[in-house]
Amino acid sequence: MNVTVTVNGKAYTRDVEPRTLLVQFLREDLGLTGTHVGCDTSQCGACTVHLNGDAVKSCTVLAVQADGMSVTTIEGMGTPADLHPLQAGFWEKHGLQCGFCTPGMIMSAAELLKHNPDPSEEEIRHHLEGNYCRCTGYHNIVLAVRQAAGALRAAALAEQAADD
Amino acid sequence: MYPANFDYQKASSVAEALAVMAANPDVKVIAGGHSLLPAMKLRLAQPPALLDVWGIEELKGIRREGDWFVVGAMTTHADVLRSELPLFPEVAYEVGDPMVRNRGTIGGSLAHADPSADYPAAALALGAEFVIRGPEGERTVPAGEMFLGMFESAVQPGELLTHVRIPATVQASAYEKFKHPASHYAIVGVAVIRDANGQIRAAYTGAGEKAERLHRLEERLNSGQPVGTGLVESATLLGDRFASPEYRAHLVDVLAERAAARV
Amino acid sequence: MTESRPDKYMGQALKRKEDPRFITGTGQYTDDFVLPGTLHAAMVRSPYAHARITNIDRSSVDGMPGVVAVLTGEDVQAAGIGPIPVGWLLPDLKVPAHHAVAQGEVNHVGDIVAVVVAETRAQAEDAAALLAVDYEALSSVALGSAALAEGAPQVHDDVPGNVAFQWEIGDEAALNEAFNRAHKTVKVQLRNHRLIPNAIEPRASLAQFSPASREYLLYTTSQNPHIHRLILAAFVMGIPEHKLRVISPDVGGGFGSKIFQYQEEVIVLLAAQKLGKPVKWTARRSESFVSDMQGRDHESVAELAVDDQGKMLGLRVNTVANLGAYLTLFAPAVPTYLYGTLLNGVYKFPAVHARVTGVVTNTVPVDAYRGAGRPEATYLIERTVDVMAHELGMDPAEFRRINFIQPDEFPYQTPVALVYDSGNYEPALDKALEMMHYQELRAEQERMKGTGKILGIGLISYLEACGLAPSALVGQLGAQAGQWESSLVRVHPTGKVELYTGSHSHGQGHETAFPQIAADELQIPIEDIDLIHGDTGRMPYGWGTYGSRSAAVGGSALKMALGKITAKAKKIAAHLLEASEEDVEHEGGVFRVKGAPSQSKTFFDVALMAHLAHNLPEGMEPGLEATAFYDPKNFVYPFGTHIAVVEIDTDTGVVRLRGYGCVDDCGPLINPLIAEGQVHGGIAQGAGQALWEEAAYDEDGNLLAGTFMEYAVPRADDLPHFQTDHTVTPSPHNPLGVKGIGEAGTIASTAAVANAVMDALWHECRIKHLDMPYTSEKVWRAIREARGGMGQAADD
Repeated sequence: MNVTVTVNGKAYTRDVEPRTLLVQFLREDLGLTGTHVGCDTSQCGACTVHLNGDAVKSCTVLAVQADGMSVTTIEGMGTPADLHPLQAGFWEKHGLQCGFCTPGMIMSAAELLKHNPDPSEEEIRHHLEGNYCRCTGYHNIVLAVRQAAGALRAAALAEQAADD
Repeated sequence: MYPANFDYQKASSVAEALAVMAANPDVKVIAGGHSLLPAMKLRLAQPPALLDVWGIEELKGIRREGDWFVVGAMTTHADVLRSELPLFPEVAYEVGDPMVRNRGTIGGSLAHADPSADYPAAALALGAEFVIRGPEGERTVPAGEMFLGMFESAVQPGELLTHVRIPATVQASAYEKFKHPASHYAIVGVAVIRDANGQIRAAYTGAGEKAERLHRLEERLNSGQPVGTGLVESATLLGDRFASPEYRAHLVDVLAERAAARV
Repeated sequence: MTESRPDKYMGQALKRKEDPRFITGTGQYTDDFVLPGTLHAAMVRSPYAHARITNIDRSSVDGMPGVVAVLTGEDVQAAGIGPIPVGWLLPDLKVPAHHAVAQGEVNHVGDIVAVVVAETRAQAEDAAALLAVDYEALSSVALGSAALAEGAPQVHDDVPGNVAFQWEIGDEAALNEAFNRAHKTVKVQLRNHRLIPNAIEPRASLAQFSPASREYLLYTTSQNPHIHRLILAAFVMGIPEHKLRVISPDVGGGFGSKIFQYQEEVIVLLAAQKLGKPVKWTARRSESFVSDMQGRDHESVAELAVDDQGKMLGLRVNTVANLGAYLTLFAPAVPTYLYGTLLNGVYKFPAVHARVTGVVTNTVPVDAYRGAGRPEATYLIERTVDVMAHELGMDPAEFRRINFIQPDEFPYQTPVALVYDSGNYEPALDKALEMMHYQELRAEQERMKGTGKILGIGLISYLEACGLAPSALVGQLGAQAGQWESSLVRVHPTGKVELYTGSHSHGQGHETAFPQIAADELQIPIEDIDLIHGDTGRMPYGWGTYGSRSAAVGGSALKMALGKITAKAKKIAAHLLEASEEDVEHEGGVFRVKGAPSQSKTFFDVALMAHLAHNLPEGMEPGLEATAFYDPKNFVYPFGTHIAVVEIDTDTGVVRLRGYGCVDDCGPLINPLIAEGQVHGGIAQGAGQALWEEAAYDEDGNLLAGTFMEYAVPRADDLPHFQTDHTVTPSPHNPLGVKGIGEAGTIASTAAVANAVMDALWHECRIKHLDMPYTSEKVWRAIREARGGMGQAADD
């Protein structure tokens, strides 16, 4: 089936089997390998991307279901020269070791900060229950998200001040 | 990782979905897909065709109709979580994780009748109603007749759960959940509400083959007695490596006590 | 550039150099690589724990879309592929053949029966699901002690009684004598249950064969690419070693599980050679559960004797180690030399004796998993020590304190072979007690009585031996490989530097820590230095990363290579400065003449001249490059004290890990940010074992926890904020003074959390011991039975 999905702002049309998972579409059809697969039971969250702005597990969405929708992956969040505050936070606070869960973790955390700009440690931990990390014990991930939240709030205030 | 292959089509209206189901009895309805797709990936389920109803606009959203909220079956857990519904937002917070909640739907979950799902306890305690449409037209099923067994709901082949009707006014409500440490599904979940007339209604999920009302708890609380113990018979419950029937029965008592204390 | 260089990089909590690629999704893991024309392999795995394969009907997948080939054990045999060898031999070790694809018999659920290769992964999986295989089921056994019982099913005909080895260490007569004069003894039966490592990146391998040059290329998820090259070339496939290049690119966590030579790596190489196209395999997580080597699985009896002052007299240990269906790379070493030799812990034991029986069963093989033997030893010692402290009515901290080896007693010869290099155990204990406000916690524990919640405070003082290893020593003990490490330093004409190491980073931050060492030695900015690792085609030889060896052994090799560079650089600088070498000092980023600071040469000047070679000292070779090989003189012995705080809900039995604090001593820290991160992750994995994780099998060998739906990996909301601190006691025998920190957290935390739970249960209702994991029903039942006067849960 033909599907058209806008990924990181660019529309891609590909012919896929109905069974193609969104994550396979991203990785194999588009070569966007920043999104990872860590399990086959929709739990680990390594494959988290944004679908029409909401964080989803791209291993549990069919590519055909995403037809006509827009996807943001880790590759669309920021570049080494222009990091998203979450990317900067993970770097600064050593919120990653092997890096495999990191893209999903960042995409999931972005969803949290969208709805809750100043989450408590407990809220961050609850929110991240769908993202497994085997390296960090989550300690520095929590610090990274808090730092990013602070940076985003500061940026929002600065923007507001500039508008005033 | 890959499911076995299947045919796929998207329905844009309930009428279209019903027509597709009528024409192809083997078609399997997919909503958020968070129960179905993992089973398909492990090849525990191999439906020949999927009918995607997730995007049907008429099934999305929550509206108020008098004393009832009418919730579209394709309303996501995330939307339920941020809604004005009684009890359900608290329950939705315990469903899956944020990504699951963005895709999974209230209708998909309730029609699937997973014995360890959270919503059925809330639906039974609140006295929700289920609007089901099929080739013969529309019918409304009370919560007590919705959950028939393990993965078996009142929704019949060829039918679609379109809306869930939830009483708008309750005085208080609480949901207490005991999670499986790995899956985070409910080993036991207990919902207790005090309805508009001050009467207690309660139900549990997870412990047995299907969610059930907690009549014994209701009787005790409505006659001024304490919660006590022995609310359910362990012989009627499920058991596994993590939680035996006896332990589950005990957890029903403990969680009922905690939920009751909050209403 | 040089102006911005800080005085010292070692010890600084620098952000990691490798992170920009990971946080932007541009890391390159094995499954991310694409080679043109790649075919995909899917494994057909046994659903039986033990069975004879009576027929494989290849025609059952004939004509299926995209199917290119089906490989069976016969094909593997016909290709002359040998069994996968064991890397550590013990006397009289029985080694059942471990073939790449089963030959006639399967011995665990998940054993590979056949391989389907197809044009796409989906097609390969479709056909693998349909390949018709007939089995004749055989009786099977899963538990180590059950496999030793009379009449137990025989896993392999050539392993009589299922006993792969019997091993002992220590002076049994001395131990018996110690027990004879004991004031008090305790005996504890302990099960250290089995775990599944579950690195979040599933294993994957991609092989390519070039018929013209007969060269093989293997991308694989490995902690040690050189070991694979050696094993595959010399033992399994008979490929000339220089014709096989193994690349282990970014790897998504290992924890031991990516050390070993796996069947699938052999399979993709063979398939690529036979089919003339690249072949890739990537594990589904449900495959990982039945094919990644698993960890732990001991059944032990521990007995501890003390005198009337509470001084420890002796420890007697008897352990049955379940090795699973086959013996894999380090399997015989883990429950022996990495376990029995550690049973002295941090205490002054006059005598220790341990007996270990290694048993084969119809389960996934067991090998090194984070800590490998040392967590098992630490759990056994520290749990038994707590039982004794409880029974003596002594505070667990004080009981430990009076038994510590003292700082002036190092090097310390234990009764179980090891000689500890350095240690100072009491300051770490005191710092941890202070950090966690231990006395206040004890007061809170009393106050909480009767509230429906019980507080447990678990304290352990661990020691581990890491930095594997002195080659001659491990050779004597049965290792089939050396355990040194090597490093190459290559200085380019522009003064930019590449470091190469034979160790491998899969999360440990080598690409930052190694340049930190080099930047200090070369006195140049760290931005000018990169580390390269994980490619046998680019690296000097090496043995990879496991046993917390990278800093202590790989880092030391680097330091030696850097020493050669600076020595040559100084000679060149002296020559250019027309001064004698003795008069030149290397300071502040330049080479200068003592007493004439205006005369100096930068590292860049020297590097350029080394390559231009226009003006070098007489007879000197051009270039600036050095390789060094470092073979450690001894293991290194990190230690510390960890304290876990748990709260138990007596109504439900739920254990909540409320707090965790630790003081570790791994010598000087190269990068505190990275070292702390290693500790955090280690704590989480160890706590996971104590509270949630369990690779449970039924009696017949069916894995009952085969997905994340049943196997509980710790999640963010299961864990508390960790408090970490350290003391610094350098190792006297390596040039950096460093000890390992990669495994310490796990080695310590399982025992700390277990002791916390049992501390709560002892204080509440005098329960002496329960086995991990402390799942809620188990704890609830134990409390209920104890309160009902049904006595101790553990036998005496």
